[in-house]
Amino acid sequence: MLSLEFIYQLMGVLLGGVALVNARDAANPRRWSNTAFWGLYAASFLFGSWLPARVSGALVLAMTLVAGFRGLGQGRSPTTSPAERRASAERWGNRLYLPALLVPGLTLLGTLTLKRVSLGGVPLVDARQVTLISLGLATLAALAVGMAMLRPPPAAPLHEARRLLDTVGWAAVLPQMLASLGALFALAGVGQVVAELTTRWVPLETPLAAVAAYGIGMALLTMLMGNAFAAFPVMTAGIALPLIVGRFGGDPVVISAIGMLAGFCGTLMSPMAANFNLVPVALLELPDENAVIKAQIPTALPLLAVNIALMYFLAFR
Amino acid sequence: MLTLVGVLIVILGFLFRVNPLLVVAAAGIATGLAGGLAPGAVLDALGRAFIENRYVGIVWLVLPVIGLLERAGLKERTQALIGRFRAATTGRVLLLYLAVRQVAAALGLTSLGGHAQMVRPLVAPMAEAAAEMHHGTLPLPTRHAIRAQTAAVDNIGLFFGEDIFIAIGSILLIRGFLEQNGILVQPIELALWAIPTAIAAFVIHATRLLLLDRRLARSLAAHALAAPPAAEAREEVRQEVRDALA
Repeated sequence: MLSLEFIYQLMGVLLGGVALVNARDAANPRRWSNTAFWGLYAASFLFGSWLPARVSGALVLAMTLVAGFRGLGQGRSPTTSPAERRASAERWGNRLYLPALLVPGLTLLGTLTLKRVSLGGVPLVDARQVTLISLGLATLAALAVGMAMLRPPPAAPLHEARRLLDTVGWAAVLPQMLASLGALFALAGVGQVVAELTTRWVPLETPLAAVAAYGIGMALLTMLMGNAFAAFPVMTAGIALPLIVGRFGGDPVVISAIGMLAGFCGTLMSPMAANFNLVPVALLELPDENAVIKAQIPTALPLLAVNIALMYFLAFR
Repeated sequence: MLTLVGVLIVILGFLFRVNPLLVVAAAGIATGLAGGLAPGAVLDALGRAFIENRYVGIVWLVLPVIGLLERAGLKERTQALIGRFRAATTGRVLLLYLAVRQVAAALGLTSLGGHAQMVRPLVAPMAEAAAEMHHGTLPLPTRHAIRAQTAAVDNIGLFFGEDIFIAIGSILLIRGFLEQNGILVQPIELALWAIPTAIAAFVIHATRLLLLDRRLARSLAAHALAAPPAAEAREEVRQEVRDALA
């Protein structure tokens, strides 16, 4: 049976290859920092499921220290020139989209069908992880089609992956680090403290005040935790259920459905939501690290107000 | 109160632009220690959480494919393709992508999109090319601003589409939480109440995208008049574009 472990091994192989390419590139002034960083990250994918937690923790610390104090550099990858790319674009035309669209297309197909496939009574894939496994398989298929079609040098995908990962740099690991921080926050009860502070210091004497405190609280706590999922149970148990539902008689279904969306408005405004807001900055090579957040705030704030109004008018029908 | 030390470290770290990986690691360790864990136990918790969250890193698996296609001229092809549609503008391209992304996410197809697989190789080049078709070569800050808008569209379409789908993580989380508190609810009811917000998100953001075209036209016309722009004029245009897009 294919499980998530299979995808982790693929990631490990990719990152190990990137580390290797870095180790062989004398043009990069930070050659060994890059090698160590991507090599350690590769090890977490390849061996993470079997390593003792403390060793994994030390590995994470080592990666952090390399990136934080030594810094990562950019090597030189053998790639094509702008003129070669224009010529190639001319030659291949719309066929270039085939591998690109195979990734989402096959992921979708796999998500819908692989759950039901079994070989000799054993299911082919772990049904709970079917989307991620399909994504991995779709990527392999798209890579095979791309290689067969374009016939680049065999190491080209690795060099290209390395070129792109170098532009992203340590930001590639930040979303995973922040998710880990969220787990530590949850362990230490950070959310409960915030909810307690809110209910103690904010006057919540009317339904509107309570709804507004809940909506704004969801957005703020989501901004701090980087994730609406972590904020939701805390704020809903702290404000929504006892006050809005318990005292003022609001509809818990409406409140919690829209409350989660108020949290999403916070996600749009938080650097803690690195995979949505910081990773694209790196991927799109933007000089201002807050560029995406700034583009989102003028939508997030009015939408938060709309969410609060919707809760107020729909929950007390 | 001491448990909030991690939050404080994060805020100060982002404010003073310390390397975010260092900030997050420091915040995690401080929070664990403040929460009464022994140093070894903090390291255990950090390692366990990092390994459990490996699925977050899977987005990078697609990079070899994207890089291979970029090498073969995918961006150049996309720019040539957009050039054939005279009606295409940056705002309209992004509006179309917003609609597609939001509807697809509402049907549970959240993997049709994303910054690595769609925004960088396809949508951002389209949005830039559409602006170039009408206004000529773009100044770099405008280019950057258009890219940031493209990333924003991907996020907004995803966030306010996915909650309409009944089997998405957030809906299941809400259902599980309410059940623990003695309130039984069907996922479809929760998904239904996500629709008004989804419509509001689309209306608000679509309006901004259509205004974006007008502002781009205005600021880029000013830019063209100032050609060849003196350094201060260039800075002025930059500021204008920044204001227009903020």
